[in-house]
Amino acid sequence: MKFDTIIIGGGLSGMTAGITLARAGQRVAVFSTGQSALQFSSGSMELLGQLDGQNVERPTEAYDSLPAGHPYRRIGKAKWLDLLGRVQPMLSEAGINTIGDSSRNRWRLTPLGKLKPAWLTLDDFATFTSPGKLPWRSVALVNITDFIDFYPQFLAPTLERRGVKCRQESVTIPRLEKLRQSSTEMRAPTVARLLDDDAIRQIAGRLNVIARDVDALIMPAVVGLRDDHQLTLLRRLIVKPVYFVTTMSASVPGIRIQMQLDAYFKKLGGTLFPGDTIVRAEMCGDRIQAVYSVNHGDEPLEAENYVLASGSFFGNGLVALTDRIVEPVFGLDVDAPGARAEWYKPDLYDAQPFMSYGVRSDDSFRPSASGKTILNLYAVGSILGGCNPIKEGCGAGVAMLTAMAAADRILE
Amino acid sequence: MIDQLNISENNFEQCIKCTVCTVYCPVTAVNPLYPGPKQAGPDGERYRLKHRDFYNEALKYCLNCKRCEVACPSGVRISDIILSARNRYSRGSAGLRDRMLAHTDMMGGLATRLSPTVNGLLRLKPVKLAMDLTLGIDRRRTFPAYTPRKFTTWYRRHAAERQERFANQVTYFHGCYVNYNFPRLGKDLVKVMNAIGWGVQLMKDEKCCGVARIANRLIKQATDAAKVNLREIGAQVEAGRDVIATSSTCVMTMRDEYPHVLGLDNAGVRDHIMTATRFLYNLVESGRVKLAFKPDYRLHAAYHTPCHLVRLGWGIYSTELLKMIPGLQLTILDYNCCGIAGTYGFKKENYAYSQAIGKQLFDSIAEAAPDIVATDCETCKWQIEMSTGLKVANPISIIADALDVEATRQLNNV
Ligand SMILES: Cc1cc2nc3c(=O)[nH]c(=O)nc-3n(C[C@H](O)[C@H](O)[C@H](O)COP(=O)(O)OP(=O)(O)OC[C@H]3O[C@@H](n4cnc5c(N)ncnc54)[C@H](O)[C@@H]3O)c2cc1C
Ligand code: SF4
Ligand code: SF4
Repeated sequence: MKFDTIIIGGGLSGMTAGITLARAGQRVAVFSTGQSALQFSSGSMELLGQLDGQNVERPTEAYDSLPAGHPYRRIGKAKWLDLLGRVQPMLSEAGINTIGDSSRNRWRLTPLGKLKPAWLTLDDFATFTSPGKLPWRSVALVNITDFIDFYPQFLAPTLERRGVKCRQESVTIPRLEKLRQSSTEMRAPTVARLLDDDAIRQIAGRLNVIARDVDALIMPAVVGLRDDHQLTLLRRLIVKPVYFVTTMSASVPGIRIQMQLDAYFKKLGGTLFPGDTIVRAEMCGDRIQAVYSVNHGDEPLEAENYVLASGSFFGNGLVALTDRIVEPVFGLDVDAPGARAEWYKPDLYDAQPFMSYGVRSDDSFRPSASGKTILNLYAVGSILGGCNPIKEGCGAGVAMLTAMAAADRILE
Repeated sequence: MIDQLNISENNFEQCIKCTVCTVYCPVTAVNPLYPGPKQAGPDGERYRLKHRDFYNEALKYCLNCKRCEVACPSGVRISDIILSARNRYSRGSAGLRDRMLAHTDMMGGLATRLSPTVNGLLRLKPVKLAMDLTLGIDRRRTFPAYTPRKFTTWYRRHAAERQERFANQVTYFHGCYVNYNFPRLGKDLVKVMNAIGWGVQLMKDEKCCGVARIANRLIKQATDAAKVNLREIGAQVEAGRDVIATSSTCVMTMRDEYPHVLGLDNAGVRDHIMTATRFLYNLVESGRVKLAFKPDYRLHAAYHTPCHLVRLGWGIYSTELLKMIPGLQLTILDYNCCGIAGTYGFKKENYAYSQAIGKQLFDSIAEAAPDIVATDCETCKWQIEMSTGLKVANPISIIADALDVEATRQLNNV
């Protein structure tokens, strides 16, 4: 099979590259072993949340303080600023509506009741322009009865400290009661699947009673698995504003983002190969001639260019063996120390060194194997090193902006 | 690379407990009694390895659709773990109904001989009621009709000799459905292959692929049949012939479940077992053969990818082939399980779940409003025909219909 570009990995970076290329008229294929880190998304995309242990308020102004090897620095400032302006429109074309702005972070409410800087957030989530003052006098924190991945008791103190009166409530409807027979399945996506239009109408009735004497309702993000149809319905039916907070474990909004990106990519004519893993490449000098997958066996999958968006350790873009860290598909050079003891810090909450490891690449994000740059391969997203997405809060930004930068190179 | 570090079966210890699989399980969505792939699969396995009493009979609700495996980021073969656990630990033995449903070949052989009677009987309300009450086969289910003349009989009398004329040869694994219920599909395949200059051979001895026996815990019978098939396929491969099938489920079973569930080594032949559409697509794509279609052919088809073809990752071969037909308008439906899962949907206790699972697919078909539904799986075909009233055809049959045989033969110097 022949394509213009083959993308390895269907997470946020792979789909961003795929959409950018398919929209420019390329014939694009995306291969993805399994679901991506998006399945755990907080509903917020982070651009730059922390630098040297301090919260970042204005990411664009912080650019110059980033270390030289940071993926953003390697994109170049002018290009980076240009790309920033393209992200929100791309998401909204895919049906993903966000609020936020790259010149100024907003603040999101985490499931554990922290306020964290966020760049773009789904527009139905609770975010604030400043961490000090919140826009309500009173809210109701409404859980689904017996739902185990939402903790109003952690959210309330954060809100009350900022002068918001909190009431804790719970709602249920008969069809959710059935789910309680198996408590382990009382997870966000399973709940979301049962909340069709009828169910939303039933729940809305109860919520409106609760909403009478509060300014807003805050709920776990368990509505809208495939698209935002039910979300819109719920917000229309409720007399007060409803805001969502992400749940622990698998994330309904994250799954929705993935499905919307997949659907948009397919609509643009792209081909998705879900559940298939690229295992090896055939080289011709400094160029990849074809790649091969588990499902397609010895059938060559050929393209002019290839994009490696296989993620970090989650999803096996990088694999830690006992004595070294490897990139399993092409055997690319990886920037990581040899000694296993240096890979991690014993305190789980420290900045973990392994989070910033990645494949070595030139400034166009073309990686190398045994010191030789591969001319038609681009590495994008969290497989790149030089930043710590968890500590710095830059995961989605790195994923989307490097993907767009590489796609632009391919299109040049 | 990761496999090398495993010490247990089916990548079970690669599970990172992310619950992603559960999100995509169609049964979890409709049946609160089912523990879901994570619990039924890698989580439960940890306990079952300690003691078999941890086995939960609710594992029977798994459809074996393999959607959990397609979604899992860690390569855990969840449904293989579940199937193996069912076979290893379930206490009850397969009852009469499960045995009947599982022996698609024996039942087929019997019914073919008696087909007018059997078909008539299976349509009668009192018979359906009796089967429902005595056997637990749901009375609302429409049975596929049995044919009076098996595919193999037709092949021996009318096709075998002709095949010798062709320089290129491929072997066809027809499966129970083509042989006992729907020989037309096998004839369509022979027609298409002959038109491009390829002869079609059958194996000397073909047994049921065994998918229904595996699902109904008849492992000894499944293994015996699988061994015969592997031996016969081996002989074909030895003779330089690939083995193709028009049923995606037969292909998936022989490639993946023989090693993962039955523990049979098929490494020597696995790459030579494939769907007919993959084989044909590769011939066309590599420029070795050409297809010519009737200029006046017009049809709107909606293509449904069967779960097992999603798992194989080969839906693309069927859709790319269909796209080659100029007069065909093709709607590719989103991946949704039809809910029947072979013999699963025939069982009374599963009927309602089966239809609830399929609803999304049926709705999307209604929305596309095609003339016909195309799919590579016979049980999907029964389910969709029964539930939507539309006709369903294998892509090979659509190609056979649309093909300009004379023009194709000329293009390929046949
Ligand atoms: C649990 C978790 C939660 C996060 N939450 C947030 C958040 O809320 N906000 C935020 O901004 N950032 C978050 N991040 C950071 C996250 O890494 C990035 O935002 C971004 O989603 C990374 O995308 P990616 O495409 O680079 O990698 P991934 O999302 O990891 O995708 C890689 C994909 O490639 C596939 N793959 C791997 N190898 C192969 C192969 N050989 N062949 C085919 N396919 C292959 C994998 O199966 C996977 O689907 C989170 C990260 C994690 C791990
Ligand atoms: S998706 Fe895979 S890794 Fe995640 S819980 Fe299921 S089996 Fe485990
Ligand atoms: S094979 Fe299908 S039914 Fe069985 S657990 Fe996996 S997704 Fe669910």
